[in-house]
Amino acid sequence: MAYKHFILVCGGTACESCKSGALHDNLVTAVRQNGLEGSVQVVKTGCFGFCEQGSVVKVLPEEAFYVRVKPEDAAEIVAEHLVKGRPVDRLLYKVGAGKLSSIDDIPFYQKQFRIVLRNCGLIDPENIEEYIAREGYAALEKVLFTMKPDDVIEELRKSGLRGRGGAGFPTWRKWVFSKDVKADQKYIICNADEGDPGAYMDRSTLEGDPHSILEAMTIAGYTTGATQGYIYIRAEYPLAIKRLEIAIGQARAAGLLGENILGSGFSFDLELRLGAGAFVCGEETALIASIEGKRGMPIPRPPFPAVRGLWGKPTIINNVETFANIPVILLKGGDWFGSIGTATSKGTKVFALTGKINNSGLIEVPMGTTLREIIFDIGGGIKDGKKFKAAQTGGPSGGVIPEQFLDTPIDYESLGALGSIMGSGGLIVMDQDDCMVDVNKFYLEFTVDESCGKCAPCRVGGRTMYNLLVGISEGRGSVADIDQLRTVAHAMNKASLCGLGQTAPNPVMSALKYFGDEYRVHIKDHKCPAGKCKALVTYSILAEKCIGCTLCARRCPVNCISGARRQTHVIDLSRCIKCGECYDACKFEAVQRG
Amino acid sequence: MKKLTLQDLRDLRERKKAEIARRDTSGKTGEVIIGMGTCGIAAGARAAFDAFVEELDKGGLTHVVVKQTGCMGLCYSEPTVEVRMPGMPATVYGTVTADVARKIVNEHILAGRLVGDHVFDKPAADIAPTLARGAK
Repeated sequence: MAYKHFILVCGGTACESCKSGALHDNLVTAVRQNGLEGSVQVVKTGCFGFCEQGSVVKVLPEEAFYVRVKPEDAAEIVAEHLVKGRPVDRLLYKVGAGKLSSIDDIPFYQKQFRIVLRNCGLIDPENIEEYIAREGYAALEKVLFTMKPDDVIEELRKSGLRGRGGAGFPTWRKWVFSKDVKADQKYIICNADEGDPGAYMDRSTLEGDPHSILEAMTIAGYTTGATQGYIYIRAEYPLAIKRLEIAIGQARAAGLLGENILGSGFSFDLELRLGAGAFVCGEETALIASIEGKRGMPIPRPPFPAVRGLWGKPTIINNVETFANIPVILLKGGDWFGSIGTATSKGTKVFALTGKINNSGLIEVPMGTTLREIIFDIGGGIKDGKKFKAAQTGGPSGGVIPEQFLDTPIDYESLGALGSIMGSGGLIVMDQDDCMVDVNKFYLEFTVDESCGKCAPCRVGGRTMYNLLVGISEGRGSVADIDQLRTVAHAMNKASLCGLGQTAPNPVMSALKYFGDEYRVHIKDHKCPAGKCKALVTYSILAEKCIGCTLCARRCPVNCISGARRQTHVIDLSRCIKCGECYDACKFEAVQRG
Repeated sequence: MKKLTLQDLRDLRERKKAEIARRDTSGKTGEVIIGMGTCGIAAGARAAFDAFVEELDKGGLTHVVVKQTGCMGLCYSEPTVEVRMPGMPATVYGTVTADVARKIVNEHILAGRLVGDHVFDKPAADIAPTLARGAK
């Protein structure tokens, strides 16, 4: 008999860390105990994107959307919802004043448009049959039996698809380069070395829909004449690796990878290559070096990998998200894809929303959506009612975008014009409590750490900029530092060997442009308005405002605030660690930050 | 799994499609909502539910979603079912047995006619005459 209900349990990494694995097992047990195993199917899916509220469980067809579900809630969901037909009110996601909502009513999902994430949260990623049922491998079938390589390239050209790894190079052009080179062997590589702090788009796609990448890479192989592919993924993504291994095994068993695919005469196979988690290995030539067993360092281009890549052979390297778009483009046509988005940037973009935002999570929106829609409509605005300060796109390679540009429709060009980049899709939101100097310092520390050290502009320039920022944040900065930051940044941008060094100064440059005053306050007044640069901050208590409520003293983690009830409190500055807890705690504005 | 031929792949896709389609609620244009409180279940709502799912499957009516809800409050006419189809008034049916459920699929959902004897609440004024003609 057909199933009447489906319980979809998010099995993404974020929800797994909220024990969604145990929850899934408990649901299966509870379904069995109630004798419902014939009519209710429990499915573990990829990321729903609503990571803020994990574990997330959806019961279909009612569309009941349960959030923050714990393993011990399983019995109640089955007994109440499935047996008695009463949704479990306390676990339902609520908007505003306790209104119950189904998934379509949740603002988080309303403005989204899912191409890349089409199957994430809907199918069981460890079951090839479910992927096949969702038009999976239909594009491969169409390509192998009805299209010539040139037809595939023509569709991609019409679609306007550009690389989603960050630089936005037209995908069809890359494929043509490789196709037109004569060689005895060619390769396809999927770049799954996602390394930006706070970005997890590719991981979620691989965890939720691994077969879409396999299918797209096989299509790339057919189009360019490659018979071997590699997925380069960091060892830090164990769940994605496990699901890819399962998917590759299933596809091989089904004859969708390997010799003579579907009897077409075309052969293609795939292997995983695990990276050690070096940021520079996301750069294509460094990635190739790493696959070849060498130290991950970039080499000058041209020749581009599409012409001379892995082991000197023509190699296509595309990012996970780029590949995930391809089966859909070939099924629905390039014109369809080209109708979505802006004049120069087509289709959708997946963003990982993080930082000071209410709904952190994974979202997919059409190109041309504004940052304001993403942050305030989908993201639910800034946490704790605080004020938006800036958003950083493109991770450590991107720039900060201030409030006055929130209405810019997002595409490759508009972000570039603002001094940022699209990047792979990390989107970090900052509020009034974030200090630009501090944030810039954080990213530079990351890029200095991750620089491979091969070229001097990046190795020396990054360190120089970092040291200048440390000086500014500790009150040792001078006005000349700003000029020197600009000079070094210019040199890094022009002379570094790869994207890592070229883009590392972006956060600082954009902050100087939009938040120059904040830098000047640090340098001239030795003050940090946001209170993050500890060397520049002291806390004190105003005697006339303090009513002696003891709240700050109770909050202080190092017990350095003294004072009896109803008496003025005093901070012992010699022991103060400048965490700001007292400042946040005081309801009477008695704690001063200066 | 054995190696698939092109035909195997197509067959497998067709076979699994209906099952997955029931999970996807976008593009659904009709809804059958079955009251499955204690009273509804006691009165046979499960049989009605099964009948709806089977009959819709049989007709390939993937655009209609079958949902369950709690007690609608009309306990004396259980099982109660609300049917919402585009171009039709949202209608509540009472005493829906498996047979009535099949009738609702074939008449209300397929042919766009209300199943007269079982309409429970008052339909909107504009369709009341139709109902009067079609029923008793």
